[in-house]
Amino acid sequence: MPDTFPTSGAHTRMGSNSGQPMTRRDGLAKVTGTATYAADNRPEGVLHAVYAMSSEARGQVTSLNVAAALAHPGVVHVMTPENRPPLARDPDSKPGGMALRTEALQDNSVRYVGQPIALVVAQTLEAATEGAALLSPTYAVEPARIGFDGGEAFETDSTGFGSPPTVNVGDIEAGRAAGTHHFDATYETPLQYHNAMEPHAIVAEWDGDHLTIDTPNQAIVMARGAFADYFDIPAENVVLRSPYLGGGFGSKALPIGPQLLTILAARELQRPVKLALRRDQMFGPVMHRGATRQRLRLDMDETGQLTAIDHHTTATTSSFDTFIEGASAASRNTYASPAIATSHSGVRVDTGTPGAMRAPGEATGSAALECAVDEAAEVMGLDPLEFRLRNYAETDPQTGKAFSSKALRECYALGAKSFGWENRPLAPRQMRDAQGHLVGWGMGTALFAAHMNKAEARAVLRADGSAMIATAGADMGQGAWTALAQIAADGLGLGIDQVEFRSGDSTLPNGGVAGGSGHTATAGSALFAAGEGVIRKLADLATEDPESPLFGAGNAGVVARDGRLHRADDDSRSQSYSEILRNAGVEELEGKGEGARDPGHAEARAMFSHGAVFAEVKVDPELGQVRVTRLIGAFAAGRIINPHLARSQLLGGMIWGLGFALMEEGIHDKRTGRPVNGDLAGYHVPVNADVPMVEALMVHEDDDFVNPLGVKGVGELGITGSVGAIANAVWHATGVRPRSFPIHLETLIG
Amino acid sequence: MTLSISLIVNGEQKDIALEDPRATLLDVLRDRVGLTGTKKGCDRGQCGACTVLVDGRRINSCLALAASQDGAEVTTIEGLATGDDLHPLQAAFIEADGFQCGYCTPGQIMSALGLIREGLADNDPERIREGMSGNICRCAAYQGITEAVIKGHKAMTDTGESQI
Ligand code: FES
Ligand code: FES
Repeated sequence: MPDTFPTSGAHTRMGSNSGQPMTRRDGLAKVTGTATYAADNRPEGVLHAVYAMSSEARGQVTSLNVAAALAHPGVVHVMTPENRPPLARDPDSKPGGMALRTEALQDNSVRYVGQPIALVVAQTLEAATEGAALLSPTYAVEPARIGFDGGEAFETDSTGFGSPPTVNVGDIEAGRAAGTHHFDATYETPLQYHNAMEPHAIVAEWDGDHLTIDTPNQAIVMARGAFADYFDIPAENVVLRSPYLGGGFGSKALPIGPQLLTILAARELQRPVKLALRRDQMFGPVMHRGATRQRLRLDMDETGQLTAIDHHTTATTSSFDTFIEGASAASRNTYASPAIATSHSGVRVDTGTPGAMRAPGEATGSAALECAVDEAAEVMGLDPLEFRLRNYAETDPQTGKAFSSKALRECYALGAKSFGWENRPLAPRQMRDAQGHLVGWGMGTALFAAHMNKAEARAVLRADGSAMIATAGADMGQGAWTALAQIAADGLGLGIDQVEFRSGDSTLPNGGVAGGSGHTATAGSALFAAGEGVIRKLADLATEDPESPLFGAGNAGVVARDGRLHRADDDSRSQSYSEILRNAGVEELEGKGEGARDPGHAEARAMFSHGAVFAEVKVDPELGQVRVTRLIGAFAAGRIINPHLARSQLLGGMIWGLGFALMEEGIHDKRTGRPVNGDLAGYHVPVNADVPMVEALMVHEDDDFVNPLGVKGVGELGITGSVGAIANAVWHATGVRPRSFPIHLETLIG
Repeated sequence: MTLSISLIVNGEQKDIALEDPRATLLDVLRDRVGLTGTKKGCDRGQCGACTVLVDGRRINSCLALAASQDGAEVTTIEGLATGDDLHPLQAAFIEADGFQCGYCTPGQIMSALGLIREGLADNDPERIREGMSGNICRCAAYQGITEAVIKGHKAMTDTGESQI
């Protein structure tokens, strides 16, 4: 791994922080219980809010017993559509970009179970909870529309937040005709709920027309702007603090109705108000992953080369807003084919609106595509890895562009070798363990785009040679507090312990969005550039100072390393940062930086992280019970800033893949629309005992195009590939092809 | 109705005027005692985020009414470190990267301590995984958690701390 970074100026900065497997800088706070999550804030005089939620999926609230709630000791306020103060922005508006409609008591209508229908504020949480129960709502109920066949089908003009639903490459009919072997199957994936361990929470407090909110958020400055719009105050009047998020996974970027109501209540009552969602409330207004039904048609010539890929997805969204899981996009960039057709349509159902959930589109699309590709390999009588290699995309299938870097072949090789893939029998049901369990091996390709958004940062070098760096970044567990500080320290040529990092607060420069796996690349680039600004100024001071050993070195350039500037052409001539500042009579030096992708590179190259995941499962032949006994992934994701934390991210993603394949399923009752399993006892996510052996290996990959740091992203990559690998292993064990997720044990027996 | 209870929290006696008998031990610790290290993930015994030790045994504090715990000795995450010296389990969790977002972490560490004190850890990864499965980690830091329990247990055994 190189330890110098190219810079645009003549000056070089030597970094020894990036690439190190450092432990988390926020580790101490997290293991001692001193890390402050939103709901841990207890301002003087805080009141507690609980919202009542609709038990019906569609219709109108016809009555609420507000008097009963108000009569309960401790209850101080009940907010309903009758008395809800106005909001400056309509919660049903959609100003474009990243925005979804939300419910903030704009009227009496009910559009899904779990929607807020009133807010109760009380002196204690217990009183607020009881007050909400006493509202005893009545409804005029209309029949719920649930499931692919119960909802209303429509053509969509976007997937995700405004991506194109249809992308076609080549002539699909010609491609189909060129095939000698054909495969056609439909896969289904269910609703899934993020269920971060920290339920959404907010503490809101007003001071005149200044608002302070403690709430977990993945896009702090963007969200600050949205909150300001709702309350018609300048963005600078809002301070949003989010130093730690107890997980986000995409669900904590956009303002949601319950937050708006809490802020309104705080203004009405002129008291700080706290609201934390209950776990059962995490199955309504805070987004989820929509269900998908995906038809995959693959055509191959007699050598096993794909001649056509046709991927159509139908995804569920709410009755009132559109967020379509862009699953077919997975087929645009993974395998080579002269003809690719990808399209989407939607079904409106009476649930909350789906949104971005870890690898939105990629996770579901990869699940179906990797199963289909495996089935196609079987059609061709080929080993699944061999089939994938025959269809290796040397250039991006969608655009024909060169990849900025792609070490997928190395991932396949490393993963296969570590796993022991070469001894795999081609046919299913060939292996058993000592207990008589069926054993199967499967694999999948992982792919995730190397996104960047935009961020800004500030660096200040202080008189003592230490530095403060700042950006409103978000650490939801991915390790931003650590990895971003590593990059920033390198940008300044300092050790990480000399760098104070301020983050997680909207008063700091815009840290962009912790989403799309692009936070390290984006905020990291901004921090690195801010360091460059400081070093440039510092170099000017030194090289123009006749007393400095660096005098006149301007053209040759200097090297910044360990708090000293050295002449690039004579390393023995150097001066410490603090001495340079002191001699120049300068108290501190400031640098600003921006992080964004070079548009020229973005135009010229296709940019993705890649990986290969291998799974071993054991299946009880009588009970159909599946255990994943080994899960090994090999990933290439550009420069890895902190292998220790990147590994954890990848493992987390892979285990999400395990949950997707075998457990996660949000079930809504078809008649009432109510979540049948709306808690953590019913909605299963992997627990420790489900994860015996999982390993993430990292393949070295240099990338000169994604950004000057060479960083791609690892947050979502691990879930792609893993679902397919497990499903394919289940087939290899049992001979039954899973086409519906999660894989139910009853489909494997009989 | 105000109930008076007293708890020994992390070795300190706390006399609490419980103005609401419905309050759980979890909410009393967080809101009345002011120890917010213990987390609420589900409030119904399904996630383990609220795990504390009561009289040496791990419990889900969201399932215990504070009123029923009068006189109990409660250990929370805040009670583990001695000054700047981390408890070996805390140090092991950092070293093994046994967390990401950290929200489940106080519960994981308290549960690990309970498991070890119950004599159930046994240095056997399979038994640890089983015994720690009441503590959900949505970030899925399970491998680090298991490794941290093994490391922490070993460090505790070396210092004789794993005995009750
Ligand atoms: S909060 Fe107590 S078990 Fe989840
Ligand atoms: S560390 Fe995030 S839930 Fe465990």
